[in-house]
Amino acid sequence: MTDTVTTEAADKAPPQTPKQRSAARIADAAGGKLRWLVLKIVLLAIVDAIAVYAVFVLLAHGEWLVLSLVAAVTILVNWIYFSRKAIPAKYLTPGIILLVVFQIFTLSYTAYIGFTNYGTGHNGTKDQAISSLMSSSLVRVEDSPTYDVTVVERFNELGLLVTDPTDGDVSLGTNTQPLEPVDIASDGTVDGWTSLSFADVLQRSDEVEALAVPYSDDPNDGAIRTQDGQKGYLYVSTLDYDPVADTMTDTTTGTVYTDTGSGAFTSETGEQLLPGWQVFVGFDNFVRAVTDASIRGPLLAVTAWTFVFAIVSVASTFFLGLLLALVFQNKRMRFKNGYRSMLILPYAFPAFLSALIWAGMMNKSFGFINQVLLGGAEIPWLTDPWLAKISILIVNLWLGFPYMFLVCMGALQGIPEEVNEAGVMDGANPWQIFRRIKLPLLLVTVSPLLIASFAFNFNNFNLIYMLTGGGPRFTDVSIPVGQTDILISMVYKVAFTGQNRDYGLAAAFSILIFIVVAVISIISFRKTKALEELN
Amino acid sequence: MAEERLPYPEKTVAQQAVLTTAAGGTAEEAELMVGGIGQFPRAEKPVRRRSFGRWFADTGWRHLIAVVVSLFAIFPLLYVLSASLNSNGTLIGSNRLFGEFSFDSYVRMLTNPDVPYPMWFLNTMIVAVVTGFTMVFIGALAAYAFSRMRFAGRRVGLITIVVVQMFPQLLAVVAIFLMMTAIGDWFPAIGLNTLSGLILIYLGGALGVNTYLMYGFFNTIPKELDEAAKIDGAGHARIFFTIILRLVAPILAVVGLLAFIGIVNEYVIASVMLIDPDKKTLVVGLTQLVSNPRYADWSAFSAGAVMAAIPVVVLFLLLQKYIVGGLTAGATKG
Repeated sequence: MTDTVTTEAADKAPPQTPKQRSAARIADAAGGKLRWLVLKIVLLAIVDAIAVYAVFVLLAHGEWLVLSLVAAVTILVNWIYFSRKAIPAKYLTPGIILLVVFQIFTLSYTAYIGFTNYGTGHNGTKDQAISSLMSSSLVRVEDSPTYDVTVVERFNELGLLVTDPTDGDVSLGTNTQPLEPVDIASDGTVDGWTSLSFADVLQRSDEVEALAVPYSDDPNDGAIRTQDGQKGYLYVSTLDYDPVADTMTDTTTGTVYTDTGSGAFTSETGEQLLPGWQVFVGFDNFVRAVTDASIRGPLLAVTAWTFVFAIVSVASTFFLGLLLALVFQNKRMRFKNGYRSMLILPYAFPAFLSALIWAGMMNKSFGFINQVLLGGAEIPWLTDPWLAKISILIVNLWLGFPYMFLVCMGALQGIPEEVNEAGVMDGANPWQIFRRIKLPLLLVTVSPLLIASFAFNFNNFNLIYMLTGGGPRFTDVSIPVGQTDILISMVYKVAFTGQNRDYGLAAAFSILIFIVVAVISIISFRKTKALEELN
Repeated sequence: MAEERLPYPEKTVAQQAVLTTAAGGTAEEAELMVGGIGQFPRAEKPVRRRSFGRWFADTGWRHLIAVVVSLFAIFPLLYVLSASLNSNGTLIGSNRLFGEFSFDSYVRMLTNPDVPYPMWFLNTMIVAVVTGFTMVFIGALAAYAFSRMRFAGRRVGLITIVVVQMFPQLLAVVAIFLMMTAIGDWFPAIGLNTLSGLILIYLGGALGVNTYLMYGFFNTIPKELDEAAKIDGAGHARIFFTIILRLVAPILAVVGLLAFIGIVNEYVIASVMLIDPDKKTLVVGLTQLVSNPRYADWSAFSAGAVMAAIPVVVLFLLLQKYIVGGLTAGATKG
């Protein structure tokens, strides 16, 4: 701004405040319409290009449902951003798409999995299970002819080029694609495929040995396999699949396995052929959780501990935080800011690292607490069932009190000083003023945060998993859980650790958490009237 | 002397003890008080204006509690700092506090070929920064629409957001894993074992987690500003990007930082999504590194922990003022 302008302005209006100046700057910056249009078109072009690519890929995989969803969403997005009407939609669409796909869909899908037998041995379709069963029980046909084979590769997928010894016909197939006749070029190669050298074959011998190229569309015809990448033999399955009767027959023993609807071929004696496939099992997972003693026991213990853990954590952190906030309610106290910075450090430090560090410090034989603070004691902080629970609560107190301290400080400052004076006038002592006046006022403000804190601790996976790993393990149970596991860590362990991944059971446990979380939400909405406030 | 340090002067000694305990004081403190009175029964009021007793009754006991809790708060952090400066690798070797100052373990952590720590650090920063920024942007877009526009389904949308944010994404970890496996078969670039897939999953929570907080803040910006800009011929996009977005910058910083910290700490989804050692984030890599602290290179881990914590702690302390405001914003509104 030039001097003349300032003087002119000074005549008519008071000088600009810093806020006004920044407002003027912001208004100046608000220009340039064409740039936005170009940016919009470029962004939409990128989105559309990705969508077209996705459609082609899905077309190749034959995923019609997903394909039509992608297409519909893309058209909708284009319409929204080119239309002049749907202005709110322009702002909401990106978030809503992500929310629907990665949160709402996944939550509902989890609920659905809770009603299936999805897990190790049941993680595909029936057709996949059949071909997997057939190829896992292959034995070499006695006196079968020797085929000359060449291992070939395309897009990192291995295949076999097989020459029939009787008529010299050449055909090619992969693990998933049965043998089909091909034309070979003069140099012995097939278009698009590259032959593996002998060194390559040796290097990838595991993959080569795992190759089993189906002889034809009928799985009962068997498959060609090779050990050395040069000579192939015909293998047939000891299992025989009858598509009409929908049965599997073990040709060596003669046992007939039928599809009983439980997601696997089952013999009359109840023996199952695994892998099976994924089926809807209704409430089976829930029935199992309630009736099977080796699951019911840990489930009850884990649920009880989850509640105790969450409630005690909220209470202990709140009381320590409140105590500190009260301690700091003194105008004459010095060094307050210094204490404050130290006290909030545990909150600023990444929580997962804190839990890991505490796990090291609480180690029974080598940890800092036993070795240094307690002079060489051997206290099993993390390995004794009761002590481990107490250790978890101590560490969570350490992790959580700074938050409550900050919140209580804020809330106490929000209570006007007149309240205190009025209490003193009426002859109340400091304790009465606190207990009867300040605490109720404080609770009104912080109770939504206490509920939120409960909900957070109810699913505080990191602390449990990184401090004790859920241990010590329960004995006599069929799922890999321990004394300090909470529901969410139990879900994780049932689904992703151990020999048997049982997604169905884990998802059924998740539904249990959904119910608890839903109840907490209802209570909290009642309490905060958050939903009524929305206008 | 004893009289002055009692917080509740008109009560008897026994009552004092009970009250102090009830008011949140520790049992030892109450005991100390009773003992003190036994030794010095009904002492005369001291002549000096600021005797130790008066000081203790006024602010001294506050310092006592503050010092004890501060020690509790910082000793694990001092311990890890000391362990990281120790060249001895084992857990038991790390017990001597500040016995030596060497940066060996930092060098070990950064150069060990079996532990791709720099990659973990980089991955964490990529995921957390990209997600943090995008989350804030998507959340701000939605908050603007909810705050400034009136449209069919607005109330339902707000309620959905408030309800959905109650269900954290980690509850759906089983479904997320299975879905990302399927997506990985079609589009390897965003499937299992990719950072981009992980970022997309986290962004699914963008609307749920913070929009409501931002919505409240957007509502405090006067509508007259928008109207004035509209009269001057600005469109909705220009109002949003050039006016509103700048005025709500503090809340954007808070939401972004909370998202950043949340993602740095997120283990469940990251651990099932990321498989290759080079693809892991810090939380996954470091947790698996010390899954058995007894055999782990503890001082190297400590060095890694210190380096990992620095960006988070620095950001937190820088934005402290805003964070505390953001934390209590929810409280004071309810």
